[in-house]
Amino acid sequence: MNKRTGDPLLQINDLSRAFSNGKDKLQVLQRVSLDACEGEFIAIIGPSGCGKSTFFNILAGLISPDEGNIMLNGQKVPHLRGRMAYMQQKDLLLPWRNTLDNAILGMEIQGRHKRWAREQARELLKIFGLEGFEDHYPQELSGGMRQRVALMRTILCKKDILLLDEPFGALDAMTRGIMQRWLLKVWGQFGPSVLLVTHDVEEALILADRIYVMTSRPGSIKGSLSVSFERPRRITQADMVDCKKYLLELLEEEITVGQP
Amino acid sequence: MKARVYNTGLPIGLLVILGLGWEASVRLFEIPPYVLPGPLQILKVMWQRMDLLAAHGLVTLTEIGLGFWVALVVGFTLAVLIHSSQILEWAFMPLIISSQTIPVFAIAPLLILWFGYGIGSKVVMTAIIVFFPIVINTVEGLKAADPDTLALLKILEATPGQVFFKVRIPQSLPFVFSGIKIGVAVSVIGAVIGEWVGAREGLGYLMIHANAQLQVELVFASIAWLSILGTGLYGIVVVLERLLIPWRHRAASLISES
Repeated sequence: MNKRTGDPLLQINDLSRAFSNGKDKLQVLQRVSLDACEGEFIAIIGPSGCGKSTFFNILAGLISPDEGNIMLNGQKVPHLRGRMAYMQQKDLLLPWRNTLDNAILGMEIQGRHKRWAREQARELLKIFGLEGFEDHYPQELSGGMRQRVALMRTILCKKDILLLDEPFGALDAMTRGIMQRWLLKVWGQFGPSVLLVTHDVEEALILADRIYVMTSRPGSIKGSLSVSFERPRRITQADMVDCKKYLLELLEEEITVGQP
Repeated sequence: MKARVYNTGLPIGLLVILGLGWEASVRLFEIPPYVLPGPLQILKVMWQRMDLLAAHGLVTLTEIGLGFWVALVVGFTLAVLIHSSQILEWAFMPLIISSQTIPVFAIAPLLILWFGYGIGSKVVMTAIIVFFPIVINTVEGLKAADPDTLALLKILEATPGQVFFKVRIPQSLPFVFSGIKIGVAVSVIGAVIGEWVGAREGLGYLMIHANAQLQVELVFASIAWLSILGTGLYGIVVVLERLLIPWRHRAASLISES
């Protein structure tokens, strides 16, 4: 399943960013570098407050880095907007749009014809387990369903890079497990490169080809781990347990260092 | 369903009880009808003078309706302009707010002078009263868009126009309707004040006229009609709100994860 071949699709080099609050300067990211190949599933784990969301916001072009650069297919780009789709912990569904119309928001903004976009979305309802719910408003859906609509909206943007910022963080453990299987299925079908930020080591191990571990603030890359086990993976597999132990040790160092 | 029965039944019941108390007091204390007529007497006049009341009521309704539309169009446009530019907000908002401290009564004679005895001055008067809650609420509603949703639209590379029509407008609709509801409730005041100060027709004119002739029953009948008009208009707005903001009234049903 490991798809690391040839040159990386995405290279991020020495990204740094500080925020200043009056006189105080807070270094949030410190020379973060990572790369991702086409179709590769990358997970980034780190202690809370390590600047993961700042990192994604830079990639999404919502804030700009102080230093460093982003290379896409060997070309320097200011950010990945237009090339990537972004999904957050909050589903950000529009309450006045039903399932189908929420799912096509990205396509609609790209200027697609509404009716055509709806047809495209309708075909995907089954894969996303939303059949029969296309006319429901978000407030009539469960948390897991809402997140699937958000994932569908993200996928339908048809971008080759997905940024997922703790997409299942707000869900209960059961639903999260189901959603992870959904994500793998959808990833297998559509084949985008994925950057997933999570604080859940097990989630990273079950999903990713490669895992980057971040340090506590100022965030930088502490180490990485390739996970080449066949999917579907079980967290109880002996070799998975070893990996989990290794990652947890890396993280725990950070949590103790991070404490004042 | 039960709540619905209570919702309509209780106010009607209360009205009947108050009416009976009123009727009983009028009879018991032998209050002359030119001071305070009983409700039965008023209902009788409402029935007997139906044509007169309906004709004047239609005039007042037209004034309210036109004034309301003027207020809605001007108010909404102004709110969009205010929202689109900080400079316009700074320039307009204090003036709009302080304009509301001027009693409409004070400018009513001027409006009659400028717009005549006819329907025009009443339309303007109604519009002045109604436009305020619409502007304030619409500005509030346009600002209410969730910042994370706006960031999502930015990432999706939406144009300012798309952000406006796909997020800001639908987001503001509940606020706009709050403004419209307040506006409708006070719209009757504008029309009636206009008619009091100078008019040849309308329920306000009829009241002044009847009062001068000590036809107190007719005054009360006019008041009852005004109240029915106001309540009816409010009802129409509530129905429109339900049609235009259907997502607000769909109760969250309990769907389990399948």
